Order: sequence, then C-alpha cells, then structure tokens
Amino acid sequence: MTNSEVIAKLKTRFGDTVLATEEFRGDLTVTVKKEEIVRVAEFVKTEPDLAFDLIIDALGVDMYRPEGRFEVVYIIYSLNHKRYVRLKVRVDEENPVVPTVTGVWPGANWHERETFDMFGIRFSGHPDLRRMYMPEEFEHHPLRKDFPLMGIPDSLPLPRR
Amino acid sequence: MPVRTPEETKKSQILAALEDQDTTVVVDDALENEMVLNMGPQHPATHGVLRLLVRLDGETVVAVVPELGYLHRGYEKIAENATYHEFIPHTDRLDYLSPLSNNVAYVLAVEKLAGIEAPRRAQYIRVLVCEMARVASHLVAVGSMAMDVGALTVLLWTFREREKLLDIYDVLCGARFTTSYTRIGGLQQDWTAQCTGMLNQFLEEFKQDLAEVEALLQTNRIFVDRCEGVGYLSQANCIAMGLTGPLLRAAGVPRDLRRDNPYLIYPELDFAVITATESDALARFYVRIAEMKESAKILRQALDRLPEGPYNAFEPKKVPANKERTYTKMEELIHDFMLVNLGIDPPVGESYGAVESSKGELGFYIVSDGTGQPWRLKIRSPSMTNLQALPMMLKGGMISDIVAIIGSLDPVMGEADK
Amino acid sequence: MAIESLQRDGFLTTRLDEVINWARKNSLWPMPMGISCCAIEMMATASPRFDISRFGSEVMRFTPRQCDVMIVAGTVTYKMSKVVRKIYDQMPDPKWVISMGACASSGGMFRSYSVVQGIDQFIPVDVFVAGCPPRPEALLHGLMELQNKIEKERTIGSLVRKEPVWIPEMPVAGKAGQPA
Repeated sequence: MTNSEVIAKLKTRFGDTVLATEEFRGDLTVTVKKEEIVRVAEFVKTEPDLAFDLIIDALGVDMYRPEGRFEVVYIIYSLNHKRYVRLKVRVDEENPVVPTVTGVWPGANWHERETFDMFGIRFSGHPDLRRMYMPEEFEHHPLRKDFPLMGIPDSLPLPRR
Repeated sequence: MPVRTPEETKKSQILAALEDQDTTVVVDDALENEMVLNMGPQHPATHGVLRLLVRLDGETVVAVVPELGYLHRGYEKIAENATYHEFIPHTDRLDYLSPLSNNVAYVLAVEKLAGIEAPRRAQYIRVLVCEMARVASHLVAVGSMAMDVGALTVLLWTFREREKLLDIYDVLCGARFTTSYTRIGGLQQDWTAQCTGMLNQFLEEFKQDLAEVEALLQTNRIFVDRCEGVGYLSQANCIAMGLTGPLLRAAGVPRDLRRDNPYLIYPELDFAVITATESDALARFYVRIAEMKESAKILRQALDRLPEGPYNAFEPKKVPANKERTYTKMEELIHDFMLVNLGIDPPVGESYGAVESSKGELGFYIVSDGTGQPWRLKIRSPSMTNLQALPMMLKGGMISDIVAIIGSLDPVMGEADK
Repeated sequence: MAIESLQRDGFLTTRLDEVINWARKNSLWPMPMGISCCAIEMMATASPRFDISRFGSEVMRFTPRQCDVMIVAGTVTYKMSKVVRKIYDQMPDPKWVISMGACASSGGMFRSYSVVQGIDQFIPVDVFVAGCPPRPEALLHGLMELQNKIEKERTIGSLVRKEPVWIPEMPVAGKAGQPA
C-alpha cells in the first residue's frame, strides 16, 4: 500500500477526525483529533491491510505556539507490510490530557510516562503514570521550552560534602 | 560464696519477674511474608545504573519494578541547543558499547532530513564500521552474560578480541572508544591500507576465537541449565511490548532493518537474518553468536568490494570542504564559518531515520524549524523499550534468574536513560 | 642498603610510615563505581592487555566494605549523587577517590540540568584523570599518581603526633611526562 492509499483508507473510515496529512521525505504523518486517538489506533492495528502492530515510539514536541502548544507523535510500524506511519495529536496547554493508547499497544507504557515526565502531558487511563527519569520530587518538566538548559538552582538535592 | 556481678543480679531479677507472666511469643507465619529487595543502582550485575525493586516470596520473584533515570543526562535538551554537527560526539555516548553505529544512525537521520547522500565509498566504510561495532557490542554482551552466570573466563577472552577491534578504530578514527567518526555527508577521514590489513588479520583470527568461546559454553551443563527456559516471553507479547533487535528475532519474528527497510548499501550484500523460536535467554545468546558470524561475513564482502572515490559528499552549503581548500579559498572559508557557527539549514519538516544497531532499532526523530539547531530531537533507544518487557520476563522466576535475564536483554543505560 | 642488612642480619630497619604506606599503595582494592562509558574503559583496564592487577588492584569487589579506593567512572547525575555518597560513606578508612573521566571531574560535555558538574562538590577527590574516556594507560597513570601520594602520607605522624596527613610542600609535576 502506498502512502496515498493509507490516507484514503483512513479518510473513508474516519472522515473529519483526520485533521491533516503530510508527506515529507517519503514518510507519512497523519494528524487526528485528540479524543479519537484510541479508535484510530485500534483501526490501524486490526485492519489487515494496515496492520500496524509494533509501536516504535511515542513522544511529545513542544511547538511553543499559542494554539495547541504540544504535539504527541506516535511512530508505528507494520511487520507484515514493512512500513512506518506517524500519528499526531495536538494538545493544548490549558488542558494537557490525552487518552492513553496502552490498551492498544502495551509497549507505549514507558514512552507515555517519559512524555509526562518531560512535558507534563497527562495520559488518562494510564495504569502507572509517574515520572520516568527525573526524581519523583522534581517539580518541573525539563523539555518544555521555558525550562532553562542548566536547570533551576536548588531544584535537585545534592548531598553535603 | 560465689560473687554475683551486677549484670547477673539484674538478669535473675528480670527472670524472676517474668516467671508468672505468659511469655509465649506469637510470630506470623514467616513464609507468608513477602520481601521487597532493592537491587540498587550500584550492583555488579545490572549492566550499569539500573535499579530494580523486586518483590520476593521466598526466592520466587512475584513482581519487579525497574527504575531508570540514574544516568539521565538531558541529551534531548542539549540537542536543542547545539548544531547538528555539535551533537555527533554526544551520540557516541548513547550506546557506549558500539559508538560507531550510533554515529552512523544519527548522521543518516540528519542526511535524510537535509536531503544529502553520502558517496559510495563513504557508505561502504560506514557499513564496515557498523558491523565492526556490532561485533564489538555482541562480544561484550556475550562476555558479560557469561560472567554474570559464572563463567568469568569468557569475559576475558571476548575483551581480548574486542581490543583488536579497538586497535582498528584507533588507527581509523583517532580514538579507541568514543570515535565521532562520521560527519554529515561523509566521514571524518579516509579508510587506509593499514586498516585493511588489520581487518584482514582480525577476520582470519576471529573465526577460531569465536569457536573457542562457543566450545566453552555450548555444551557446558551449568550454563545451559541456567539459561534454558529462563526469561521466556511469547512472540505476541514481544510484539505488543515493542521489542526489537535480537530479542524479537529470538522470538521468531524475522525483522531486521537491514533487510526490511534497507539503508546504506545493505541491499547489495548477502547475509542471513538469524531467528530462533524458544525466546529464552539461551536462544538470545545463540542469536548473538550467530549474528557475529554473519557480521564477519558482511565485513569480508564489504572489504572486498570497497570502491575508490571521495569520502565526503559535494554539497558546498551543507558539507564543509577539506581543510586545504578551506584555508586557501574564500568561498570555502565562508562556508566553513557559516557551517561551524550556524549549522546546516535543513528544510522545515520532520523525519525519522533508524538503523539496526546491536541492541535493536536505534532511531532519531528530528523536527527541524529551518535553522542550524534542531527544534526537537528524540532518540528512540532500543534498550529502554527492551527493558519495558523485563517485569514480564522475570515474573515467576527465581532470584538467580534475574541476572541471567538481564544479561540476555543486554541493556545499556546510557541509551536507556538518554 | 636495606636489602644488604636484610641479607646479612636477617632484619631491616625503616620508618613505620614507609612500611605501612608501601603495603597500602601496592594493594589498593578498587571499588568500581562504574556508571557509564568510562566503566567500559575501566573494564578494559582490568582486561588482560592492560592488566590493572599487576598494580595490586586485582580484586574489584563491588561491596564498599572491603575496598580502599573508589574509582568514579562516568557521569554522576543528581539522582545518582545520593547513591555515590552513600557508598563512599560505607567505605572504611583509609579511603581514596579517583575521579575518572571528564564527566566525573567536571561534568564533562554534559552541561545540563541533571548532571553534577564535578563530583568534588560532594565527595573529596584525590586524583582526577582527564579524558573522555581516558585510555586505560591514563587510568593506570592516575593509579600510579595515587600511589605516589600515598607513599608520602604521614600515617603514624597523624596518629601519634597529631600531624596533618598531607604535607603541603609536595613538588608538583611539571609538564606532562616529566617526573615530579
């Protein structure tokens, strides 16, 4: 299946839910509505022509724009057809909540935890949403654009000499 | 008359007072208590700083919670503040057992985004270097798994082999270990005849040495008993958890990026994709040994077909020219200045480039905003995704299996923690 | 001269400090706090080619209670610093610390929010070994420098006469390669 066939299949099934599609350097990215991500995920996993069963990655991007500040990107792969596709959702800053896809791809568990740790995007329905890399007491989200590279002084404890 | 010490007097007084009290002690059934054991970040067998919280019922593992983050160095934030070239040394330190394959993976992802293609000689050398890195990494993986299970000799032998490869890196890249050898559009320096001679010698000796290691372990009753049937994960679970690399291939799924989504000049080479079906620690060990033999085959083929030609692409606005032209010609000097200070300017967009590293699929997802520094760079690390399956593999096993299973997973914390 | 008296009379006279320091410096059991890439070079130093055991450091015990020198090899993050300090506190006296690599000495190439810019912010360090990662020969050189430092300690002096252990007017090594 080529990229345009995948787009056609998704559009006939979901119509308005597909907000945008983009092809760049041979890769296909499909932006869908945030609330419908679980339905789209189930469809692309179970449909035999698509069969995207391997979750490669789930990450967040801070676009630092007033509308839909964050984006969550899911990179998925089909073992039968040997192709990649990216699903993208836009998340607002005021309500950074996205339904979790761990019901569809259990391997997205730690990736979503990392996205929560780095950006502060909560995943509703996640079995175990806690910080991944930073200590639990850390109060900030490091990969946001307004967090400085050297960190905030005294935000992490250091033992005394 | 015997003299009593004050302690004896006190003791007899206490015993007298207790005589008419009920002194039977009731303890909960000791075997009903479960214990939480902390295999802390500093541990000989956790392959780096991995913390495992293990809930034990006697010696049986009930549940495991891994905790990562003890080596989180903030790579992705550093990448947003550095140009594409400046990030190349950082990629060395990701999977620090095979630094050259990380270099190649990153540079391929950036070249895909920027639309540059390296010349054929550079691609052949990159394949050579990637496969050498795969052999080096598998040598350490096999050696440390054997050491964790008890066979210390194997580690010393595999490190001796690895030293020969590190000597080749020394001559080729200038550094033994963290090489930073590839550049966007090509390589740092050329492959020389001395490297060819050293690699030829290595390939001659490697077959024999690998056979020695195999002979030591393959029929060793203790090793086989300790690893067989341990850490089993069904194929469906492997796919559901997103595993890649030797773990997925040991479960019977023949996925290898070099064959499925080929990059560099792999379509022209002849090699087999090794799979096994048992999906336990022993199967993964055999997959790694067989992959080393396939890598030796690939090295032989690529070395025989190495073409002549330039080793850097001719893209004046993206790839710096060689130093002689930079110091003598005006245009090249200006380009060099712009590239070093401001970076290459790939078009606005996002792309994902991945290679098959020794641990699995190592990918870089780059969001570019048109400037010389990436807007977002996400490292898809195979070790982190592979570690996700650890609780499922450990459940129901014994404590002593934990070590064998982690050895068969072969995580590298520099990659898992980014 | 001491050897002749040993051969002639069967005993030799020396200062107690010299004997104690000679024994200590030639049997430094390392505690490998191997955290990241430098740990692999430390393992390579223990491998047959570079062979750290000829310096007495054969036993790389991973329990701090039996070790003399802690080799911190790798990037220490804030999350890990508590653990490193705990292990350092558990080591019995006399103990020394070698900071191996650029990351442990000064934060290295990782100037970011989660990396401690130098472990000497929370533990006292005796020898810094530069490199990213230092070659095994460099680590062995650092070990030899530590042995030189131990040789000049005044152990009995500090116990009996309450003198400071480290003599300040120690000659500093000149250019690289020249003896101190």
